[in-house]
Amino acid sequence: MTLTVTNLTIIRGGLPVLADVSFVLETGQALILRGPNGVGKTTLLRTIAGLQPSLNGKVSGAQDQIAYAAHSDGLKAMLSVTENLSFWAEVFGQSDISHALAAFELENLSDRLAGTLSAGQKRRLGLSAVAGDRTAHLGSDEPTVSLDTTSVAMFAVAVESHLKSGGMALIATHIDLGIEQANVLDVTPFIARNDVAMGSSVEAFL
Amino acid sequence: MKALLIRDIRLAVRAGGGFGLGLAFFLIVIVMVPFAVGADTGLLSKIAPGVLWIGALLACLLSLDRLLALDFEDGTLDLLATAPLPLEAALSVKALAHWITTGLPLVIAAPVLGVLMNLPTQGYVWLVLSLLLGTPALSVIGTFGAALTVGIKRGGLLLSLLVLPLYLPTLIFGAEAAQRGAAGADASTPMLLLAGISAATIALMPFASAAVLKVNLR
Repeated sequence: MTLTVTNLTIIRGGLPVLADVSFVLETGQALILRGPNGVGKTTLLRTIAGLQPSLNGKVSGAQDQIAYAAHSDGLKAMLSVTENLSFWAEVFGQSDISHALAAFELENLSDRLAGTLSAGQKRRLGLSAVAGDRTAHLGSDEPTVSLDTTSVAMFAVAVESHLKSGGMALIATHIDLGIEQANVLDVTPFIARNDVAMGSSVEAFL
Repeated sequence: MKALLIRDIRLAVRAGGGFGLGLAFFLIVIVMVPFAVGADTGLLSKIAPGVLWIGALLACLLSLDRLLALDFEDGTLDLLATAPLPLEAALSVKALAHWITTGLPLVIAAPVLGVLMNLPTQGYVWLVLSLLLGTPALSVIGTFGAALTVGIKRGGLLLSLLVLPLYLPTLIFGAEAAQRGAAGADASTPMLLLAGISAATIALMPFASAAVLKVNLR
């Protein structure tokens, strides 16, 4: 299974932000997206995950199987850690959450309400909900915000085991995760000149 | 799908989930009406079916703006949209959860509150039956309205204005069935039309809801 992105031009707020992005991601590989704030990393991830349309270009391959982990992580403050995790596990077709709990050392917190966790603990819970998934491919947006170095290492290990079991990962981050199989793609060269493609799509008016 | 249903019901009954909101509103409206209208039992029993239906409809409307807004804010909808579960199914399940936590309690409370309105004895069966048939349509149409306004902060006003006209056919036939039932007349025609509205909205609305939600998630 490969994820092929060909000449993708992505838009935010009706204007193109990145133009002609192309890359190929094979099973077992990770691609780290780099670039300054506001350059369009999140928009690129959302477009590849199929959450928003592109101006032109093509995403082919495993698009349906991408689990998109956003800045906010879909956790409910009034549900316990276990309830949150097992809900997402079931949505993604899993039944066992012990692995996800262990990967991010959440066992001791499993009965706490998610609302009572610290920012870093919440982030770990959010990551374990998505990264614990064995079948889908991972599109992760700034996964390491508010994590300490130990937790970043936990995330790297989880991504590596995800890659070994036949997944792929597309991660937007500013820090070095230390994942061996990862290639880095700096998106800065793809920044769209805003005189191109203006008004060439109905989308620009919406 | 089962997981989503259980989660939504669990969230609704936990603190701050808004489970009692619709029910309490329904109770308040119906308790107030006899005070406002006066103790004319003949008049009360005449307007009872219509007032009970309006109360139930407004109580349902009240709980709509939290149906999807909370899930939108914390990113759940983004994750659900990329999950293997089709968005149409997810929204149907959310509408079902809304009905179980809002519509069903209203159906159960209606005959009790009917006593306050001096509802004629033969009217109780028809009132409960018409609400039972009509409230699912209210939840499904409400989910559509919630999907339409999900990106808008404080979109409650717009949501109410958009959804109310869509609620009217359900209200007309539902209240008519309850009215005829209470008067001892044959209520089968409005009941059949009400059942038709519910069946059609349940079958078609999730597709419309999913389509507008996809636009709003962009």
